Amino acid sequence: MTDLNKLTLKKAQKLVSEKQVKASEIQQACINQIKAVNGDLNMFLSHLEDPASGQEGALASLPIAVKDNVCTLDFPTTASSKLLEGYRPPYEATIMKKVKNAGGVVLGKTNLDAWAHGSSTETSAFGRTLNPRNSDFLPGGSSGGSAAAVASDTCVVAIGTETAGSIRQPSAWCGVVGLKPTYGRVSRYGIAAMASSTDSPGPIAKTVEDAAMLLDVMAGHDPFDATSNPDKPPSFVKSIDKKVSDLRVGVLYQDLEGLELVRPHIDKAAGIFESLGANVEYAEAMDPHYAISVYTIVQRAEVSSNLARYTGIRYGNDRSFFGDEAKRRIMLGTHALRKGYADKYYLTAQKVRAKFALDYDELFKKYDVLISASSPTFAEKIGASESSSMFGELADMLQEPSSICGLPGINVPVFRDPETNLFLGLNIVAPAWREDLVIQFGDAYEKATSWNSWRNND
Amino acid sequence: MSSLISKKLVDEIAHLANIPLSEAELQNIAQDFEETLGVINNLSEIDTKNIEPAHHTTGLENILREDIVENDRMLSQKDSLSQAKKTHDGYFVVPRILHND
Repeated sequence: MTDLNKLTLKKAQKLVSEKQVKASEIQQACINQIKAVNGDLNMFLSHLEDPASGQEGALASLPIAVKDNVCTLDFPTTASSKLLEGYRPPYEATIMKKVKNAGGVVLGKTNLDAWAHGSSTETSAFGRTLNPRNSDFLPGGSSGGSAAAVASDTCVVAIGTETAGSIRQPSAWCGVVGLKPTYGRVSRYGIAAMASSTDSPGPIAKTVEDAAMLLDVMAGHDPFDATSNPDKPPSFVKSIDKKVSDLRVGVLYQDLEGLELVRPHIDKAAGIFESLGANVEYAEAMDPHYAISVYTIVQRAEVSSNLARYTGIRYGNDRSFFGDEAKRRIMLGTHALRKGYADKYYLTAQKVRAKFALDYDELFKKYDVLISASSPTFAEKIGASESSSMFGELADMLQEPSSICGLPGINVPVFRDPETNLFLGLNIVAPAWREDLVIQFGDAYEKATSWNSWRNND
Repeated sequence: MSSLISKKLVDEIAHLANIPLSEAELQNIAQDFEETLGVINNLSEIDTKNIEPAHHTTGLENILREDIVENDRMLSQKDSLSQAKKTHDGYFVVPRILHND
């Protein structure tokens, strides 16, 4: 049998339910792996020392890594910031309740760019995380700790959050599956708010099926989050092993400058969908460079308002503990919302955001899903984020249009460079509330190719 | 380099946002602002006539709940105060905001 920490969620669940393996043995294997690699890679800020037992349920006491901007009762929650160092939330996020009620055990809390402001996990106040595929490189971010935890087999499955690329971009750079649900599909209650109009928690997993299984647990209405969808979500695992024949695929952004490295691999992926019987076409969409601007303004504006609560009075340290990036973002947002500037920046950005939504409406009349590269490049070298205050926005450019429109998307690994062991990812986007389609296409792609070596353990 | 963003402006914004900044930080942030504003200025190229701003894009409307007390989301006084650096007689202690002089 394979090492227990390398099991997929599906396989682990099966072995535990058949009593071939104990969940505590799987937890122990993950804890051992954390102890072996975390000193170098720094993906966990805190973790279990010994196996713990969970409630009865589908997740069967299996160990789940959770991004450290999600409030947990069993571990501190820092958002990787000095301001919240040592903070012990007196309540837990709704998704933590759901995971625990389903029998999951929180294995530990994973590193992120401080406050999730970034795309490298270099801006964490507690040191950068390194990419487990090649430790000279960054894992991406902001959910870099969770993506690296999955890639390094230190957990069975992980939870991340995405505002614009923060699940899918690190998943692409670490060669794992990352699913960003529709905005409002998964509750935001109890998660350190970043940009409230786009924040979306979601699963980071070894396979598409694992991501669907965890999304089934996380999704659903939460009366504590007024933007959460009151409709009962469908069963997402039902979208596994479904044919994509006769469905319509639009391929986006292939003619953009700077995508030379990824372009041939996305062309190949398009060819694979064609060979599976889908109707594939190259399509035109609004230039994502404008989405960078929309996102930058809207995100900074919402950050300036959300981070106003951190005064050091009720909890945490005072505002002098904010790091450079948070200070920059709060202040730019404050500027963009000021009297005399709000029309020029904020209102214009929200209007262009509406244009992106209209553009997607037109595209989805013609296509069931849209595919593109997840990131324009492979993982960048350590230190890359220090060169530009717009590093993250450029790294996330291909995710930002769908993020500002609240759409669901998934990253699946699409290529591994044999020399560097680094990955490229495919981004599949569907209309709002159609996570089933991104799962269906992600799963079909994964099973038609050999990039995902975890499927051998499945 | 043209300086659209003066240190004075950054200082003003820092005051509004209640962010304490050192002299060096003021300088750096003024430069970063220039870089960011240089990137985002492209929005003026897009025709937004007759476009309503989008504050929400997934189509949900008027999510209301019953106006009742929900005990399960309430914290006890002890829990509420548990993370505060300074408390007094069951209260949070805040910096003085009214001055006599």
